[in-house]
Amino acid sequence: MANLEPSKQRRGLVAIDGAMALIVILLVVQIWLLSATLETVLTGHSGAVVPAAIFSGLMFSGCLALDFFVTRVDQESRKS
Amino acid sequence: MPLFRNPGREPLWKDEFSVFTSDERYVTRRQFTKFLTLASLGMFVGNLWILVKSLFAKTSAFPIVEVADINEIPVRGVKLFTYPTSQDHCIMIRTAEEEYVAYRQKCTHLSCAVYYSAKNDRLECPCHQGFFSVKDGSVLQGPPPRPLPQITLEREGTKLHAIAVKGG
Repeated sequence: MANLEPSKQRRGLVAIDGAMALIVILLVVQIWLLSATLETVLTGHSGAVVPAAIFSGLMFSGCLALDFFVTRVDQESRKS
Repeated sequence: MPLFRNPGREPLWKDEFSVFTSDERYVTRRQFTKFLTLASLGMFVGNLWILVKSLFAKTSAFPIVEVADINEIPVRGVKLFTYPTSQDHCIMIRTAEEEYVAYRQKCTHLSCAVYYSAKNDRLECPCHQGFFSVKDGSVLQGPPPRPLPQITLEREGTKLHAIAVKGG
């Protein structure tokens, strides 16, 4: 860690923080989507169930991609 | 407090979420990102579970139940009955000589019993002043988020039968 260029390390940290903030936003939207879907289903309307599952899956894919990005950036900043 | 955990000493979850403050360890950004991603997976699984449950939900067949004789209700009169089970209270209103409507009596806001106001020609919930249209059960005013579920009626001679619930 001591051999790292400070600017490179700082850039890596900023990228990781940004990715984490995006993951948090996606997660909050997913929590809202789940509760809204549950409410509509309990009131007897099931039209929104399929699109909600698709969007939730897309958001999970986004979180997964960001997780891989964080891992890669972290490994690269440690290697250099 | 040491920054890095000693591998093999404690399981990771116990090490990071210890009940004792002195035993807590730092969670790295990568670990925290993994927790968030796992939580995201949990939300996705929840949505999939709702999807599977709604796909395999049985559509309940409503019974046909005689609820009233047309001669027993005057115009603008009401009759209370239960449908489809004895726990589901409903209200039937004779709006004109040959017109009958029936709704669940439970307000869609906080489940108070609604009553028919002949003076205002609407269904009213006394708890929070939620008003519903007699024509279709739609919300006219107040906090109820949804219309009243409507009971489908069928006339056979002088008898009125409840045959289904719409929007329940």
